[in-house]
Amino acid sequence: MKNFMVMLALGILLAIMISSFMDMPTMGDPDNPSYNEVARHYLEQSLEETYAPNTVTVIISDYRAMDTLGEATVLFASIVAVLTILSGKKVNVPSKEKDWSGKGGDFHG
Amino acid sequence: MDNLIIRHVSRMIIPFIQLYGIFIILHGHISPGGGFPGGAILGASLILYTLSFGVRKGHEKVPHSVSKKVESGAILAYLLIGMVGIWTGHAFLTNQASGFFMGDVGQIISGGFIPLITIALGLKVGSTMITLFHAMIGEEQES
Repeated sequence: MKNFMVMLALGILLAIMISSFMDMPTMGDPDNPSYNEVARHYLEQSLEETYAPNTVTVIISDYRAMDTLGEATVLFASIVAVLTILSGKKVNVPSKEKDWSGKGGDFHG
Repeated sequence: MDNLIIRHVSRMIIPFIQLYGIFIILHGHISPGGGFPGGAILGASLILYTLSFGVRKGHEKVPHSVSKKVESGAILAYLLIGMVGIWTGHAFLTNQASGFFMGDVGQIISGGFIPLITIALGLKVGSTMITLFHAMIGEEQES
């Protein structure tokens, strides 16, 4: 009975997904809503606005520079996390009478 | 990994790999490429050096203190380049209106702050790769 309910829920979800997939526009159609005036503006105006012929680099480092700053921040956060985990100093736990109060023991090497 | 053939071949090809990475970073706004792939190539050359010459010589070539400073300095340089826009009275990360040197189309020194940001990103990605690799391979050797 439980399996049947799960299968029924998944089947309804599949039907919803297929029906919404059928309503998507054709891939590569020039009348798609994603080909709007923003892409046209980038392709036509990027040379006058930035003097750089590589439109991809112009988009990622001029028009979307804030997004690239976020990517650099992600790299920074990842390396901080990995270095914190991997190259932390050895923990010197005192052998007798462990001090759990957090004041006396030297837990930072 | 102490192999004579690997050491000699990598000693010959590492300068060319690094030259290609610097080329991709500096030509990021002219030809296909940019900061991320150029920095990945630079980091891959340093990883190849560490793999073929050993961890100790790799740490001597790129010490941990230097790679940490390069990485933090690159993202600070990015932020300071963005602050120039605020200082001249425009939005954060404004290129042409805030008075960067635009130059001629097709030259390396042109395009405002785009080459500066590309160089900062390349240094950041390369130093991130080599710092992560040294941290992980050092951890493996200790245990």
